[in-house]
Amino acid sequence: MAITIENIQKRFGKQEVLRGIHLNFKEGTIYSILGPNGSGKTTLMKSILGLVRPDNGVIKVFENDTNFDHEYRRKISYVPQIARFPENLKVHELIDLVQKVRQEKADPTYYIQLFDIESYLQHQLKNLSGGTRQKVNLVLAFMFKTDILILDEPTSGLDPINVLRLKSEMKKMKADGKCIILTTHILQLAEEISDELVFLLEGQIKYFGTPAKLNEQTQMDTLEKSIAALLEVGPEGIKKTPNLNINSKGTHG
Amino acid sequence: MGSIFKYCLFDLMRSKWAITYTLFYFVSCSALLYFSNSPSNAVASLMNIVLFITPLVSLLLGIIYFYQNRDFAELLLSQPIKRNAYFLGNYLGLSTSLVLSLLVGFGIPCIVFGTYELIEELGVLILSGVMLTLVFSGMALLLTLYNENRIKGFGYAILAWLFFAVIYDGLFLVALFWFNDYPLEKFALAATILNPMDLSRVMILLQLDLSALLGFTGASFRHFFGSYTGFFVSLGSIMLWIFVPLWALLKKGNSKDF
Repeated sequence: MAITIENIQKRFGKQEVLRGIHLNFKEGTIYSILGPNGSGKTTLMKSILGLVRPDNGVIKVFENDTNFDHEYRRKISYVPQIARFPENLKVHELIDLVQKVRQEKADPTYYIQLFDIESYLQHQLKNLSGGTRQKVNLVLAFMFKTDILILDEPTSGLDPINVLRLKSEMKKMKADGKCIILTTHILQLAEEISDELVFLLEGQIKYFGTPAKLNEQTQMDTLEKSIAALLEVGPEGIKKTPNLNINSKGTHG
Repeated sequence: MGSIFKYCLFDLMRSKWAITYTLFYFVSCSALLYFSNSPSNAVASLMNIVLFITPLVSLLLGIIYFYQNRDFAELLLSQPIKRNAYFLGNYLGLSTSLVLSLLVGFGIPCIVFGTYELIEELGVLILSGVMLTLVFSGMALLLTLYNENRIKGFGYAILAWLFFAVIYDGLFLVALFWFNDYPLEKFALAATILNPMDLSRVMILLQLDLSALLGFTGASFRHFFGSYTGFFVSLGSIMLWIFVPLWALLKKGNSKDF
């Protein structure tokens, strides 16, 4: 198993953001974490990365407890939601810096060409548009060819061509046996690319399974409608709805 | 830690703020040393600049820099590095860049316009500036970690500077006024040591002829700070001012959610 999450709980002040999450992420699979704003998607991903310290529970990456070591992050690449970088750095300096910080040599050439940022390598990051910065963000994550890739809203600011390129790269990585976890508000993307969906609501898993199964259970023909149906019934409604095969342990029921 | 330190240092050295800070010191130090009639007066004026501007700039530049790079911190901390290495690298990068600005801004005019008799005074002045930079850049980083809200962070930074530069002395004077019937030398010494800006001020003043104007207080300060005990106590105090915020910073940094 690439990532095992056992009973993760996190509270920010009075607000309980994650309420006993159990999840298993396996290799060779693309997962989409969905849910309304404030449902705990980013907190869950940041907990895996060690950016957020859970109050309770255990997270294991390839059987290593993430609480005791920072080296497990060598197996993970991360695309943050906001592509903000030091303004005075040039793009090539940033790429070098991340390699030095990781103490790992990577060859970014393929991804620099793929996302079309060659002409920006000598530019200062402050002079780049939001979309170009997002492409730099993607190069920084893809170039290390890690076993796990975590992407927080990766398509934000990207033009359609680069969204296609991104999807194609994610599919290639999946074929190579990598584990890919992304959050997105674009449900078409999630439906098209994901093998498994994790639907979070108020810090709890309300659905874990394939997009097709969710559509079947909600008796809807698209993921968009299925999610809308889930949101309309609300957290209490979801618990009471008999035809939803919802398994909060994060395993298929 | 080395790569974080180098990146912070070079990033800051290229920033407009650092260049402005260096130029400010360069211009004010050159002007004061060149135009002043008495070298002692020039050093006294420079002392005020160092005592007030160095902590303020360290706090504000530190706060601006760390808030600006907050989102980038997320990316770096998701890499396989220890949090201590990240925060220590940031602290050293910020303080080294500020120290270099101080050394260049002060050092060049001192070499060009300074006289041989001023070496000791200018040395203490620069050393005080370095110490204050180390103290207040640690505080800046600590404030950003404790305050998610930038406005609050800036507010606390200005309040901290006001406290050490003005309010502390005011409270000190009130205490001296209220308890003037009691022997207050030891209290005055302890109170001086507890404020890094006051400690630096006293250390610089004692190097100058102006210290004669301090009268009895000056004599007792000269007696204490001139002794080995006084030297080690003041050194220990300034080290505490550097290392306690740094320790708190690393502790907070380790438990902080990003």
